[in-house]
Amino acid sequence: MTASDQDKFDEMHMPDGSVREAYQGYNDWLEQQDQGWMRRKAFEAESFFRKTGITFNVYGEDDAEERLIPFDQVPRIITGGEWRKLSRGIEQRVRALNAFMHDLYHRQEIIRSGRLPERLFRDNAAWLPQMVGFTPPGGVYTHIVGIDLVRTGPDEFMVLEDNARTPSGVSYMLENRETMMAMFPELFSKVKVCDVSDYPRKLAKSLAACAPEGVEGNPSIAVLTPGIYNSAYYEHAFLADQMGAELVEGSDLRVIDGKVHMRTTVGFKPVDVIYRRVDDEFLDPLTFNPSSVLGVPGIMDVYRAGNVTIANAPGTGVADDKAIYSFMPEIVEFYTGEKPLLPNVETFRCADPDALKYVLDNLAELVVKEVHGSGGYGMLIGPTASRKEIAEFRHKLEARPENYIAQPTLSLSTCPIFTKKGLAPRHVDLRPFVLCSPEGVTITPGGLTRVALKKGSLVVNSSQGGGTKDSWVLDD
Amino acid sequence: MLGRVAHGIFWMYRYLERAENTARLLAAGQRMALTRGDEMADQEWKSILTTLGLRQAYEEHYDDYDGAHVCDFVLRSKHNSESVLSMMERARTNARACRSAITAEVWEAINEGWMTLRDLLSRPVRNSNLNMSLGAIRRESTLARGASHGSMLRNETYSFARLGTFLERADNTARILDVKYYLLLPSLSYVGTPLDTGQWDNVLRALAAERAYRWLNAGRMDARSIADFLILDERFPRSLAFCYTAMRGNLGELAKLHGAEGKSHETMREADFRLTGKTVEDIFDQGLHQFLLEFIAGNQALAGAIAEDYRFVS
Repeated sequence: MTASDQDKFDEMHMPDGSVREAYQGYNDWLEQQDQGWMRRKAFEAESFFRKTGITFNVYGEDDAEERLIPFDQVPRIITGGEWRKLSRGIEQRVRALNAFMHDLYHRQEIIRSGRLPERLFRDNAAWLPQMVGFTPPGGVYTHIVGIDLVRTGPDEFMVLEDNARTPSGVSYMLENRETMMAMFPELFSKVKVCDVSDYPRKLAKSLAACAPEGVEGNPSIAVLTPGIYNSAYYEHAFLADQMGAELVEGSDLRVIDGKVHMRTTVGFKPVDVIYRRVDDEFLDPLTFNPSSVLGVPGIMDVYRAGNVTIANAPGTGVADDKAIYSFMPEIVEFYTGEKPLLPNVETFRCADPDALKYVLDNLAELVVKEVHGSGGYGMLIGPTASRKEIAEFRHKLEARPENYIAQPTLSLSTCPIFTKKGLAPRHVDLRPFVLCSPEGVTITPGGLTRVALKKGSLVVNSSQGGGTKDSWVLDD
Repeated sequence: MLGRVAHGIFWMYRYLERAENTARLLAAGQRMALTRGDEMADQEWKSILTTLGLRQAYEEHYDDYDGAHVCDFVLRSKHNSESVLSMMERARTNARACRSAITAEVWEAINEGWMTLRDLLSRPVRNSNLNMSLGAIRRESTLARGASHGSMLRNETYSFARLGTFLERADNTARILDVKYYLLLPSLSYVGTPLDTGQWDNVLRALAAERAYRWLNAGRMDARSIADFLILDERFPRSLAFCYTAMRGNLGELAKLHGAEGKSHETMREADFRLTGKTVEDIFDQGLHQFLLEFIAGNQALAGAIAEDYRFVS
């Protein structure tokens, strides 16, 4: 079922062309702007990003190349009322995720109760036996979570994906806002938008609150990056800079006397909290991948002795699995005792024979995803796929049904982008960023809006031609 | 601060300084080539390649000393790992790796500088554009240094930035002086000839020193007064004495901050002994070439001691 024109929901314009409440202030401003001037602004934005070096690396045939994620200058706007409702749902979901992680690595009540099949995590490469029976400092597993939301109607937001491993993109949330404020200062005096700029301060505070027991004074925080060739290096440096934390590489760290230390100009200094942007597998060559040079030999022993905080906790990637995702409504209810406030997208688990039959019969209308896949790879978008692609996918699906889930093709909401011919609707999603600490859950009002720049496309991933927008929550 | 980051900052400023000095050297060479005949031009370009330590690498690819070839090789050749382009790239890579230790202004200056020069040097530089291109290299380096001066906290990071700048600058000044004195003159009988004064004038230009020198030494142009100026005059920002006074201050700051002196402070004292209280007569008695060789070696030893004291690598 492709999205027909009628059931498409545009966040700015009503079907009759009038402007929705959220965009009223922006539209009033926009109507007074000269179109030529607006077009020149698009170039200005690009040079701003190049200058600041907000790039991601792409590995081509020759050298690693730095690219920009396209930025669109029309903001994506959500009203204060909509946001308040959303954030209640997000908070509930994140609390449930954290409780779920604790349970999975301890008593596994959810499995004993028969609500979740055991194979789901036994087969999951992200599940780490090393974490069994261990509780991270402060009981926090998911220090930073990105919840990917999609919208299909005025009141219909749903979760498409949970990112509990190492969600990226928060630097775009911050820099997109900076760019918008630099380009259109007067716009921000006309429309009141919730501030996002204190995210790094909140992140530092939240991480500090998760420091190991016995740390006196201000805990020492470091951001662990794989280095300048990593695709998200800009973000790692940006966050360290904004938090006032050290940006370290594996080779800067060493385990001495049961503590993690960093090599400074005056000798080795202890590190209490590590916000790592290195995958579990590379974290400790003694415990995981022995050939890793990105990690710190022995860090897992220090971690398990409770002498360092690793954020997010190793092993949280289990929650990013799409088969686990399909159980999120049950998971939320199991741990919070409440009905989920934010629905999932309807999901067929192909491991289930009835569901598999339905999926095979309706491949041309469904989106089929690999349970461990990410970044928009390894998936089939039925309505836009060729017959040959569908036939090939059918074989893969029949061979390993438990490796796939399927979802209906949603009629994702659109938001206008600025084109040479004026505004044109494109599909969007939203990733708000959530912080967890023993002091509570903090959600920054806004997030990263990704937008499919190609007309009609539903794929918003930056690796596949997606762009970003500044995301506004109105201060109303 | 991290040892790795101190290392990165130190080298970022060394590369920036070296890129700038290389541009100055080429500009002086170009002027020399324009004002003396072809044969002298060849000599001049050869001496520039020698000063930069690139003669052998160059000769593997060219069998002439044509100015356009030399400039292309020095500025942007893929066969030259020490090209200005690759120095700018390394300065930027270091800046990127130390992004959280420098200010946004410094990062933007380096990043924009690199973008500008990368575009400028993406094609061979034509003779008519050479001066403009060399000017651009000097300008980008100056902008980065200015942004550093105007926006960075005067802390450890800044000390390493300054140490890198002055260590490299002292090395470059010593090399330019040495090559001129030791290699350039065919024989002693040329001393005082127009060729001789022309070449000294050129050394001064390569170090942006011609105006200051003239102002201080109206009408004179001889080896002693020039060596005196470039080695011992603490007022001139590219002189060895100036660079070492600055480094003494930066090392002093580091000792204060760390509560202890190290091997680098000891090496610094040895270097001081070579400079302080010396007259130009003392230096010529020892032999200028010998003096400069020892100076360059001492400068390298200082770089090594700094790397060791402040845990640049392990």
